[in-house]
Amino acid sequence: MTELLQARGLAKSFRGLRAVAGASFDVAEGEIAALIGPNGAGKTTVFNLIAGVYAPDAGTIHFAGRPIHGLRPDQVCAAGIGRTFQLVKPFPALSVLDNVVVGALRVERTVAGARAAARVVLDRLELEARAAQPAATLTLSDRRRLEIARALATRPRLLLLDEVMAGLRPTECDQLVEVFRDLHRSEGLTILLIEHVMRAVMALAQRIAVLDRGEVIATGTPGEVVHDPAVLSCYLGEDTEL
Amino acid sequence: MTRTALLLAILGVVAVVFPWIAGPYALSVATLILYFAYTGQAWNVMMGFAGQLSLGHALYVGIGAYAAGGLYYHLGIGPWLGLPLAIAAAALVGAIIGWLAFRFGVAGVYFALLTIAFAEFTRIGFDHMAWTGGPGGMFLPVAERDHIDLVHFRGPPALYYYAMLALTAGALALCARLLDSRAGYYWRAIRENEDAAQALGVHVFRWKLLAMAISAGMTAIAGVFYAFYNNSLFPEQIFHTGRSIEIILGSVIGGVGTLFGPILGAAVLTLLSEAVTAALAALGWEVPGAKQVVYGVVLLGVVVFLPGGIWPPLARRLGIRR
Amino acid sequence: MPFEFVVGGVVAGILTGLVYGLMALGLSVIFGVVRIVNFAHGELMTVAMYAAALLFARFELDPFLAVLPVAAAFFVLGYALQAGLINRFITRPEHSQFMLLVAIGLIVVNALLMAFGPDARGVQVDYQLESFELGDIVVDKARLYAAGLAVLTALALIGLFRFTRTGKAIRACADNHFAARVVGLNVKRLYAITFGLGAVCVAVAGCSLTLLFDVTPSVGPQYTLLAFVIVIVGGLGSMLGALVGGVLIGVSEALAGLYISPSAKSMLSFGLLIVVLIVRPQGLFGRRR
Repeated sequence: MTELLQARGLAKSFRGLRAVAGASFDVAEGEIAALIGPNGAGKTTVFNLIAGVYAPDAGTIHFAGRPIHGLRPDQVCAAGIGRTFQLVKPFPALSVLDNVVVGALRVERTVAGARAAARVVLDRLELEARAAQPAATLTLSDRRRLEIARALATRPRLLLLDEVMAGLRPTECDQLVEVFRDLHRSEGLTILLIEHVMRAVMALAQRIAVLDRGEVIATGTPGEVVHDPAVLSCYLGEDTEL
Repeated sequence: MTRTALLLAILGVVAVVFPWIAGPYALSVATLILYFAYTGQAWNVMMGFAGQLSLGHALYVGIGAYAAGGLYYHLGIGPWLGLPLAIAAAALVGAIIGWLAFRFGVAGVYFALLTIAFAEFTRIGFDHMAWTGGPGGMFLPVAERDHIDLVHFRGPPALYYYAMLALTAGALALCARLLDSRAGYYWRAIRENEDAAQALGVHVFRWKLLAMAISAGMTAIAGVFYAFYNNSLFPEQIFHTGRSIEIILGSVIGGVGTLFGPILGAAVLTLLSEAVTAALAALGWEVPGAKQVVYGVVLLGVVVFLPGGIWPPLARRLGIRR
Repeated sequence: MPFEFVVGGVVAGILTGLVYGLMALGLSVIFGVVRIVNFAHGELMTVAMYAAALLFARFELDPFLAVLPVAAAFFVLGYALQAGLINRFITRPEHSQFMLLVAIGLIVVNALLMAFGPDARGVQVDYQLESFELGDIVVDKARLYAAGLAVLTALALIGLFRFTRTGKAIRACADNHFAARVVGLNVKRLYAITFGLGAVCVAVAGCSLTLLFDVTPSVGPQYTLLAFVIVIVGGLGSMLGALVGGVLIGVSEALAGLYISPSAKSMLSFGLLIVVLIVRPQGLFGRRR
């Protein structure tokens, strides 16, 4: 398998506080990978380093062989990485369809083309019935779907998901898991999950990297990781729902 | 034919035949309405579409007026050369202000105050420059008002009315196009949430700059009109913060971010202002300030009770989307 | 230009600047807590100036004594304005808040115009023409008293925020609106008190300024702009910053008046405002948000 995303020695401090300290990991083309770790392990910072929200203090990120560390978020998106936000950020006054059109315009030349493409994506995420209503009126679960739809509309090669399961009911969670499985199966989409909800991680991830205090302390298949003593000691004693 | 098209057609016909049925007073009021409808529309591109609050749009009116007016006054060159110059100058100034503000992360209230500061700075600067005539003003030569001289944009009041009508219609069409284009989608995304827009590949800085340049350039055209309609320019008047507020009022009252809001708002406010004047005169109560107090109270009422402006609820009642 | 003359000008600039600073302090406190920019700030101050001028004309009340009733009335006015009107605008978009206060300012300016006409009003007290002489430097008595009162008022306000229960609660509100609500503070009431206190600053500054400048209805917007310049330079939300910003603007206006031309003095202020906004938008004393 070829590596689509390569992070090497990532470091980032905030006012002397080391959030990420030399983290390295890979995501292979076509796999579903997960980055897990206890609260404050640096997951979100790693996520933001990849997404271009921050530039790393040290280390490199390569995507499809190209360096992307230090790029702006829109450049990261243009490179082929779509993302969602942990606290959802819909465009509240725009219709659900228009929300997705903004994403689709990255690849479509015309607004009409983007609209057609957006409808396809909405259909896929079972939001087509809500297309005309303002995003502000959606439930949390649908807002999450909308964020995913918007990101997918940019036609990413890699989809970064920042705690998309947080706050969802188990049934909603399972439905979303199905959506990702389906996307992965039918389009070979590569996915990197940053996730707290172990139920989803175990159901989806083919490879897991465990982050603790800003460093990657273990990588492997879900089966390997849950039996790793280092992981057990730092993490699994906590709030896992296996 | 959709309801929108029908409404536009009726409005268009009324507007075109208006000078034949209206007296000079009504014509001047209508011209004023169109002027504020147009400038409100231009301001709306920046605030209503892209979410950037400018409180200093008088700056671009002034730049347009002095660019074209100065050219005419000093060199006798009519507005047709002045117009592109005015647009370019204002768009450039808007882009520079935007570049400075957005590069250094000036946003929200601070951005709004920055736009006031630039307008005030320019006002006082123009007051101290020789070529503008300073506080004494610049007076454009007024030719015979009865025959039409298109080269120098001189003629009877109806000429100015039609010019403003064409501008307003053009701005409406342009804004409708813009709103439905890539720019319109990106601007609204930026207005709603900059981070999310950027994550979807939108180069936020560049698109915000474009909104400012377009809005400033559009506003400058109104400035050119102002110069040739009023024929006298005073920095104290044209750049005054009060003028910037007048530009905003119509849009806010009509509905920020809507296409017809600025037009409706301009009509409501201008007619209200005239009606109050007439009513106070009829009551024999022509105390200075009375009109503005009534105006202020109505404004307060609309802002408090119709936060989205008059147009959205009206549009719903008429069965029109925007 | 003789040196004493310049020094005298600078001293006068500092003193006037302190009074400006107090006015701006009101704006800064309101923004720091309520997060609303009071676009009717200068207009409210002209109301205080008219009140002082009228109390003097009717009762020969010295403006420094008029401060007490005017400040009390302004506290009530500010409280009522916030509680009755502005509180419901806190969550509205900025342009909506802006229009509300512009409407209030418009009503204030023109109500004054209706009531008192366009002519300038002021007060004439005997010590206005007197001055202290320190060597060759001449300092106006009235200006010195006004500055002293401004500093005292500012100190009292700072003390109130630091040492009283209500003051601490208001600061808690400013730091974290949500947490303040969680611990059971009545945020809306605290906002109203804050606006009242901001109005008190305006009242004291306004009464003092009647000794230095005449008032007309139309100067309100100019004072609003002046207050903006001062708080941005000093740092919106910073109390010390407002005073220092006031002094800075007072001095720069005095110097510009001496060396360039009196009419160009506010150009310098706006230039300074632009530079500060771009280079250090949080102001000299503001915290980065």
